[in-house]
Order: sequence, then C-alpha cells, then structure tokens
Amino acid sequence: MGHVDRAREFVRDESRTKWHDESLWFVRAKRDDAADTVPDWEALRDEAATIKRDALSRLPDLWRQFETAATEAGAVVHWARDAEEHNQIVLDLLEERGFRRVVKSKSMLTEECGLNPFLEARGIEIIDTDLGERIVQLRNEPPSHIVMPAIHLKRSEVGKLFEKEMGAPVGLDDPDALTALARKDLRKRFIAAEAGITGVNFAVAETGSFVVVTNEGNADLGTALPSLHIACVGLEKIIPAPSDLAPFLRLLARSATGQPISAYTSHFRGPREAEDIGSPAPAMHIVIVDNGRSDLLAQPSFRDALACIRCGACLNTCPVYRRSGGHSYGTTIPGPIGSVLEPSRDPKAHAELPHACTLCGSCTNVCPVRVPLHHQLLTWRAHLAEGGHHPTRRRVAFGLAGRLFAHPRAYEILTKAGRRVARRLPTAWLDRLTSPWTEARTLPPIPARSFREQMRARARQATKGPR
Amino acid sequence: MRVALFVPCYVDQLRPQIGLATLDFLTAAGFEVDFQEEVICCGQPFLTAGETKRAAALGARFVDAFQHVDAIVTPSGSCAATLRRHLESLVAAPAAASVAAKTFELCEFITKESACPPLSRPFPHRVGLHASCHGLRELGLGTPTETRAATRIDPARELLSRIPELEITSLDRRDECCGFGGTFSVEEAAVSTRMGLDRLEDHGRGGAEIVTSTDVSCLLHLEGLSRRRTLPFEIFHIAEILAASALGHDLRASAEPR
Ligand code: SF4
Repeated sequence: MGHVDRAREFVRDESRTKWHDESLWFVRAKRDDAADTVPDWEALRDEAATIKRDALSRLPDLWRQFETAATEAGAVVHWARDAEEHNQIVLDLLEERGFRRVVKSKSMLTEECGLNPFLEARGIEIIDTDLGERIVQLRNEPPSHIVMPAIHLKRSEVGKLFEKEMGAPVGLDDPDALTALARKDLRKRFIAAEAGITGVNFAVAETGSFVVVTNEGNADLGTALPSLHIACVGLEKIIPAPSDLAPFLRLLARSATGQPISAYTSHFRGPREAEDIGSPAPAMHIVIVDNGRSDLLAQPSFRDALACIRCGACLNTCPVYRRSGGHSYGTTIPGPIGSVLEPSRDPKAHAELPHACTLCGSCTNVCPVRVPLHHQLLTWRAHLAEGGHHPTRRRVAFGLAGRLFAHPRAYEILTKAGRRVARRLPTAWLDRLTSPWTEARTLPPIPARSFREQMRARARQATKGPR
Repeated sequence: MRVALFVPCYVDQLRPQIGLATLDFLTAAGFEVDFQEEVICCGQPFLTAGETKRAAALGARFVDAFQHVDAIVTPSGSCAATLRRHLESLVAAPAAASVAAKTFELCEFITKESACPPLSRPFPHRVGLHASCHGLRELGLGTPTETRAATRIDPARELLSRIPELEITSLDRRDECCGFGGTFSVEEAAVSTRMGLDRLEDHGRGGAEIVTSTDVSCLLHLEGLSRRRTLPFEIFHIAEILAASALGHDLRASAEPR
C-alpha cells in the first residue's frame, strides 16, 4: 500500500480530514503572523540559506574543527556511517556501563535509525520524553509530523490512551490535565534514568558545542540528572560559528509553530561538572551520523535539501499533507521534505512520493532555508522515470500522447473522432470510460467543433468577404 | 505588434470558446494575432510526469514555431509558467531563452503592455477569483501569502476590478491550491477531490456565483466537481469575462449545444 491508497483511506473520514487540515492550517497562519513581526523576513531567509550552503560545501573541515573543539571540552566524538553503526555505538555506550534505563528527547535522526526498537530488543528501556513522542510511543506508531508527532490525534484519543496507560479518569480530554498526568508519569522515568539521549538542532564547529531546542525542557531534564549524555547528530547539522546561530534561532520557532522563540534553547559544551564524590563522573558522547547524507550531498540537484532545519513549515502548508496525514507517506519524514529525502534512500520503494504533490510551490515559499522543494520533487520525477521506477501504464500513455502532439494531422483526426463518439454516448458511459477523472467529476458537454475547426470556419467566412 | 496565440490541447478540445474569447480580446486590444495550428502542447504534462525527453521534443517544436514572433500569449497560466521557467533547460536551441522570455499569460500580457480595451459593459456578478498556483508562484502574478517580499500586482485581479458592477468575492484562503496538479488529479483522485471541494466551499462562503481563473485546467477540475454535486457555481475563464465586458460576448451562448 502506498501513499495513494493510504491517502484515500484518510480522506474517507471527511470530518477528520477537515479537522486535520484546519489544525495544520492554524499553525501555518501562526507562522504567517510570526513572519510579519520580523521586518526583514526574506533577508533573514537569505542569510540562513547562505550559511547552510556554505557549511554544506565544507562539511569535512567543519566537522574536524568540531571534533577537536568538542574533544577539548571533554566530550567523546563517534562517527557512524549508517543507522546500524549508530545504534551499535549507542548500545555499546550503555552496555559498557550496565545501563538499562534511558530517556530520550525529540530526535528525528534516532527515529530514522530505528534506535528505539533496536534498544528495546536488547532489553533496554527507552522512554521518549517529548509529550507528543511519548503519546505515539505508547500507541506504538511512528510520529506523523516532525515537530508535532501526535498532531493526527484528537484530545479525546489521547485521553483514552492515558486512561489505559496512566489510569486517567474516563472521558478526560482537558489538555492541561492530560499534560499534568504525562508529566507526573515522566518524572519517575527522568529520575530513574541512567542515560539521556538528545538530538541536536545545530552543532557549532568553532566551539564544539551544540544547541538543542525544545518547548518542554525535556532535553534539559533528561541530561541534567543521568551521568551519561549521548547526543545524536546528522551530518548536515553543522554551522561554522556561534554567531551563525542567530538567524536560525529567529527563523526556526517562527517557521515551526509561530512562536517568537522556542521555550528552551539549550547550549551544551562538554560534559557537566562532576558533582558529589561517589556518583559516576558525567560523560558526554556525540555520535555523528551519515546514513545516506553524503550520497545526497554528491547529487547537485538534491544537496540543498540537506540545509533543512526540520521546522515542519513545509508540512503545515502542504495542501496534500494536510489532507492525507503524516502516516500516509509511510516514511520517517513525511510531507514535501520527506518526499525529497526518502527516494534517495530507496527510489523504488518511494517512487510514488514525488507525485503526491500538485507542484503548487507553497512549500518552497515557506521554507526558512530556501530548499527549492517543489522543483526538487519535479526533478525526482524525471530521475524516477529514467530509472524505470514509474508504472508502465503511465509511460505508455505519455509515450502515445507525446507522439500524437507532435503530429497535428493525427491529433486532429483522432480527437475529432473521439469527440464525435463522446457526444453520442450517454453521460454514465462516458464517465466510466474517462474514470478516474470522472470518479468525482462530471465532464462538461463536449463541443462539436474544436478551437482549430472554429478558426478555420472563421477564416472561410472572412475570405467570403464582408456581408 | 504581432502576437502568436497558443491554445493548449485541452482548450482546443474541451473549451474552444476560451480560445476564441482570448483571440477576440487580444484583437480588441489592438494586436495582430496569429494562430499556429502546428503547436498543440507546451510539454507541461510530460515534464510534470517525469517524461523529460518528450517534454523537450514538444518544447523544441514550440521554439521552432514561435521564435520569430514578438510575443506568445496563452490563456493558461501554467503553460506560460512551464515555458518561462523550464523551456531553456529543456531545449538546447539558442532561441529557447528568448521564446521563454516572450511567452505570457493573457492578463499578464495585457497589463504589461497597458493595452486593455475599455471594459465598459457591466458584469453584475459576484466573482470568485481562483489563483493559479503556477501563475502566482512561478510567474509572480501577485504576492503569495507565504512570502514577505515586496507586493506584486495580480494582473487578473487588476483587470477584473475595472469591470463595472463586478464584485470580486473574498476567500478565507486566497491562494490555496485547487488540487488539479496534472496527473495528480487522476492518480491521487481522492485527495485532489477533497482539495477542489474545499476550494469551492471557500468560494461559496465568500458568496461567489461565478468562479474564474487564468488557468483552464484548474477550472475544468473545479467545474467537474461542481457539476457532479450540482453546486450553484458557474465556471468561466477570465478571458470569457473580459471579452463579455469589452465586446459584449454572450458568456452562455458561446458553448455550442450538444
Ligand atoms: S525543508 Fe524547509 S520548510 Fe521543510 S522542514 Fe526543512 S527547513 Fe522546514
């Protein structure tokens, strides 16, 4: 089952589709208002786009610089070629210490690597501490959005889940009360945790430091209590200097949720200072992950997608995402940016995704780092067609049409005959013949004469002279 | 000034009256208009389906046919956008760049040339203007809601607002996609339908009786949905409304009966 089928299933529930569309449109509208508060919004986008593109052009240098600075600050840097290596490094770090209880703040990278199931299969308890992620974790499903993982769920559904998982009173759907419950439950896990895993929003080459942005402070709590902090970072997350953070921090929260700034912007540099004698010395490990990113970097048409700061704005504005839901994409990252990134991992499996798009271009316009998303989706279509990943019927149909349009005589004869038949057929038959166009649409009356024919008739009139 | 009229296949076959309205309106604006029978398609459906070679072959025909005219005008914003944005990268012929640069959507062309004939006949209707995504975001005809760049005029809105007694109705989402999207409309028919119905509902809330646009494909999609559900909308291309006001074309008589 691909996007087409899952999306069809999603829109079948009309009121839910409307609700989903409106929830996300609300976030998009907040983003618009937030952009209004910045007088030089477009210039800010330019600045961020330039910094990222510069960084992408010299990743190896910047990461080497980062490694040196981070090591000086007392962190240990690891390099992971792919998801397996990443997961193994994390597992080793935990097993070396005999740790079995881990808390994790939001990280799309660990989601991409399948870290949770990997650790769970090896007897390690890993708890997502971002409220939305915790909800989808308890439901045993992937996030449906990169910033708001449980945006597909209604409050009442969360209430039911908490009823089962946390003993919430029946029918509870007050968001504050639900949050308070989750909070109480999570407190225990924070206190019991032996290690805290975080993602990374920005790694700073010059200082070997990194920034984690959250709204709930869960990254701070999750790293302040346990002695071990493991930070997992994608190869694209590096920027040169601390001063480069400014445009990104101004853009990120505004683009993501319409907030002027996220509630917590936490800077980390090296492990915490040792506390009481007897407790284990705090340690910080940073795992830098490639997992296909350098392949993407090598493709000029798509490398700009590595500038993505995972703000989710392109999802919120996408009219297709809003009406098909994150799970319809069947990928870690849904929506426009996911449809650009995922086919590079597996073109065959994701050949449908660049077509789950009308090329309206709204995503490109909201993207804070100017990833040319809809043009990249168009380019993907060409690559996928060339790679033989498109359905044969599409290729055949376009092959025939292409030849027809290059032969005006044949075009004229065939279309004329087609129209004659169409005009004689009962509407119901015609609709059946022209399905799926007519699945939900009725054809207009078919004209007797085409534009060309009417032009010729006019010309004949004209040569007859004025009446 | 001699301009070439480009009428894409679906207008030729399904909405010839839009081609005629465009032709007559351009003539009334004082242009000498040529129609080239040889060119049927700009290549857009092929390009968006990933069939780049076929798009390029049709693009080459287009360049060949039109390299010597002063301007090429079409009643389809998305065809104009395809040619303007992609022709140069598809077709190696040196004339490709100049052909791309001199291809215009009808309202864009009329406004650029300041050549609008008097729009004197009143059009006492509430009209919803559907923004063509490609006109808006590729050709820059108007300011998309996403951007905070300097505002640009929307030629279609500009022209409609000159017509006496025509009221342009408002929309909650003034530039959301209608869900046509070429092959998308059939391959993702379910989502496409939802998107189109949402647009029509929005036009309904604004009180539109007529929905118009610079793009025929969006309109065919919206019209099909509206017909199936017998919604109270009439769908006309903007060239038809302009020709009605400038020349007294009868909108409803222009469609030939079955
Ligand atoms: S591609 Fe751009 S808009 Fe989409 S998530 Fe990434 S940064 Fe945000």
